[in-house]
Amino acid sequence: MKILVGIKRVVDYNVRIRVLPDGSGVDTDGVKMSVNPFDEIALEEALRLREAGKAEEVIVVSVGGDECQQQLRTGLAMGADRAIQVRSAESLQPLSLARALLKIAEREEPGLVILGKQAIDDDNSQTAQMLAALWHRPQATFASRLVLDGDTAAVTREVDAGLETIEVDLPAVVSVDLRLNEPRFVKLPDIMKAKRKPLDVVELDELGVSTEGQLAVGHHAPPPQREKGIMVDDVTQLAQDLKNRGLI
Amino acid sequence: MSEREIMEYDVIIVGAGPAGLSCAIRLKQKKPDLMVAVIEKSSEIGAHILSGAVIEPEPLDELLPGWKDSPPPICIPVENDEIWLLSQQGRRRLPTPPQQKNHGNYIVSLGAMCAWLAEKAEALEVDIFPGYAASEIRFTEDGAVGGVIIGDMGVGRDGQPKDTYMQGIEIHAPVTILSEGVRGHLSKQLIRKFELDKESDPQTYGIGMKELWRVQPGKSKPGLVQHTAGWPLDSHTYGGSFIYHLDKDRIAIGFVCGLDYQDPEFVPFEAFQQMKHHPMVHELLEGGEILSSGARAIAEGGYQSLPNTEMPGALIIGDAAGTLNVPKIKGTHQAMRCGILAADHLAETGAPQGFNARLRDSDVVKELHKVRNIRPGFYKGFWRGFLRAAIETVTAGKLPTTLKVHADDTALKKLDGYTPPDRQWVDRDLVPRDRLASVYFAATEHDEDQPVHLQILEPDVCTTRCVTEYNNPCTRFCPAQVYEMVEENGSKALQINSANCVHCKTCDIKDPYQIINWVTPEGGSGPNYQNM
Repeated sequence: MKILVGIKRVVDYNVRIRVLPDGSGVDTDGVKMSVNPFDEIALEEALRLREAGKAEEVIVVSVGGDECQQQLRTGLAMGADRAIQVRSAESLQPLSLARALLKIAEREEPGLVILGKQAIDDDNSQTAQMLAALWHRPQATFASRLVLDGDTAAVTREVDAGLETIEVDLPAVVSVDLRLNEPRFVKLPDIMKAKRKPLDVVELDELGVSTEGQLAVGHHAPPPQREKGIMVDDVTQLAQDLKNRGLI
Repeated sequence: MSEREIMEYDVIIVGAGPAGLSCAIRLKQKKPDLMVAVIEKSSEIGAHILSGAVIEPEPLDELLPGWKDSPPPICIPVENDEIWLLSQQGRRRLPTPPQQKNHGNYIVSLGAMCAWLAEKAEALEVDIFPGYAASEIRFTEDGAVGGVIIGDMGVGRDGQPKDTYMQGIEIHAPVTILSEGVRGHLSKQLIRKFELDKESDPQTYGIGMKELWRVQPGKSKPGLVQHTAGWPLDSHTYGGSFIYHLDKDRIAIGFVCGLDYQDPEFVPFEAFQQMKHHPMVHELLEGGEILSSGARAIAEGGYQSLPNTEMPGALIIGDAAGTLNVPKIKGTHQAMRCGILAADHLAETGAPQGFNARLRDSDVVKELHKVRNIRPGFYKGFWRGFLRAAIETVTAGKLPTTLKVHADDTALKKLDGYTPPDRQWVDRDLVPRDRLASVYFAATEHDEDQPVHLQILEPDVCTTRCVTEYNNPCTRFCPAQVYEMVEENGSKALQINSANCVHCKTCDIKDPYQIINWVTPEGGSGPNYQNM
C-alpha cells in the first residue's frame, strides 16, 4: 500500500507574524519557513505505518513554488520515499488544492491519504474534507489514533464531546490532530540521503486543475493593540473610572 | 548505548558565521574535491547571528568578486557618519576618528548575509547542517582533535532518553575548524586543554544588545550611521550605542557595554533601554514598531588577548579567537579574512600547523596591533581613554608600550563599601517594557523538557556568598532574565529559566565566581533572529 502525505510550507510557529505596513499580506522577508507542524505529524504516522509493515511506500506531495522543495526535502530526510511538487505560482485555497491532490491521488492510487488537520497559516481546515468528497472516499478527521486492519482503518477522532472512534474503508482520507504522535528528529546522514531521493515536479496546468473560484483577499490587518493600563488605588476609584468611561 | 554513527569529511567547520562560511567557500574554490561540512546549532543559518552591522567589503571583494551584482538582502552603502556624546538631555557632536569613517562600507543584516553566504557555499557543494549542535570534541588516539560529536536529541530534563531520542553522530575529519563565535562552547574547552592562552592576556568582552525597528515613514535616512557615547553610562563603564538607518523605514539600534563594568547592581539591558529615551533617539523611535531583538557577547581583548589559534587537528578562527577590531566596532571583515586565510593555509599545506604564525603575519593581526592600546586606555575613565585613543590613532599604534588587558569576571566590586554612580535614569515609555517582553522579540525557543544547558558548578555559592557579596548579579547582567532568585520556604533559591536563553554567553563570562558553564542545548534551540 502507498500512503500519500500532504506537506505545506508555512511561516514557522516560533515566528511573530507581522502584517506588511500596506496591508497587502504577511511579512515573509527573512522569516523562517517550516513544514506545517500538523503535516509533520501526518508524515510521522505514515512512516510508522511503513515501519510496522502496513505500507510499502510513503510519498510526500506539496503544491507551491519551487521554494516548497525545501520542505519536501525535509520530508524525504524524515524518511519519505519520494516527493512530488505540484508547481503553482499562485497560492492555492482549499478547493483548488483538493482538486490538485485529487489528481495526484488518482495517479498514485494510494491506500491512505494523510493530511494535517489544518495549516497554521490560514487555519482553514478544509482540504482533507474536500479531497474526500471529490475523491468519493471516506474521511476521518482530527485523528488522535489510527489503527489499520486489512481494508479498514479504525480512527479515534478528537471531537467536542471527547473521543469518537470510527471505522472507515480504505482508501480513505485521514486528517491528523496534535496528539497522534510526536514527530522524529531528522538524522544528519538522512539529510544527505534525502538529496538523492526522487523529487518529481508536475505543473498545475498539466494536471488540468482549475483554480477558478478562488477568493480574492482584500486586506490584511493586525489585531488592534491593547491599550496601556492604568493603576488605580482602590475599588471605589476603579468603579468611578469605569463609570466615567461609560463601561458600567 | 550503541556505537555512534559516523560521517567522514575532510574538513568540518563548527559555526556558520562569516568566518566559517568564508572558510568553507574559499576551501571549495581552491580544492573543489575536498569534502567540507558546516555544523550550525541554530535552526536556520543566520538565526543566531546578531551584529550591527556596518561591514568593510574588502574580504567580500576577495572571496566573491562581482558580489555586488546579487548583493545580500539588506545591503545599504553608508552615506554619512555621526558621533554624538550624550548627556541625559543634551548632546555634542564629536569629530569622527579615522577608524570610524565608514565611507565605502555597507550596512547589512549579518544574519541575512550569512544565509546568503550559505547559499553561495551550498552552490559549491559544501554540506551545511543547521539545527545540529556540536556538543563535544572527538579526539583521536594520539590526542589530536579529530572532529566533533553532535549532541543527542530527544533527551528529557532528567537526562533520560524520551520517545523521540536520537543519538548524535560523530563527524570525523582530519581538520576541525572552530568558528563558533565569541566564547564558543568547544573553543573554550580547547583553549583550556591545549593551554592556547598561556602567552596571551585574558580575553575581555562586551555585551551587545540590538533591536530592529520599523519607524514612522520619513524618519529613517538610509545610509546614515550614528554612534553615541556618554549617558546613560558613567565614565568608568566602557560602551555606547549604534543607530544604523536601513531601507524600508527600518532602523537597527543597539547598545554595547564592556563586561568589565564594576557596579554589581548594574543592569546592561536597562542602560540600553535608557539610551533609547535620550531625546535624539526617542524622537526617532516614537510611533514606531519593534520587529526583533536580541543580545550577544563581543570579544574586545584584541591583540593582547588573541590566543594561539592552532592545535593538533584544529584551528580557531574569527571571534571564537577574538579578532574583532574594537575602535572600528567591526568584526565581520576580520572574521572573513581569518576564514579565507585558514582556507588558503589548508589548501596549501593540508594541515593546521603553521596557521598561527601566518595569522600573526597577516592583515588581521596587523590591524589589531595598531589599535591594541585603545580599549585598555579606557580602564581609567572615558576622558583618559579618549585622549589615549587620539594619541594611539595619530601614531598609528607605533608607540612601544602595550597595555595589559584585564579579565571581566574579576572587575565586579563587592557590594560592601561600593557606592554606585548617580545614573540619572529616566522614566521609560518605549517598548519593550522589560527583559521578558524583549525576549519575546527574539523568538527564542527551547524544548522545556531537555537538560538545563546552563550548568551551575557550585550551586551553594549562589545562595550564600554571592547573595552577600554581589546580590546575585546574574539576575541583572543576563539580558533575557534567565536567572531569578526565588523564595522557597523562607530561603532563597536560584531558578534558571533556560528556555529564555538567547545564547549571548554573558553569564559564562561575567559570573564573578566562574561557576556558570554554558553548554550547547539541543540542536535547533535558541533564538530565531530575523534580519539581525
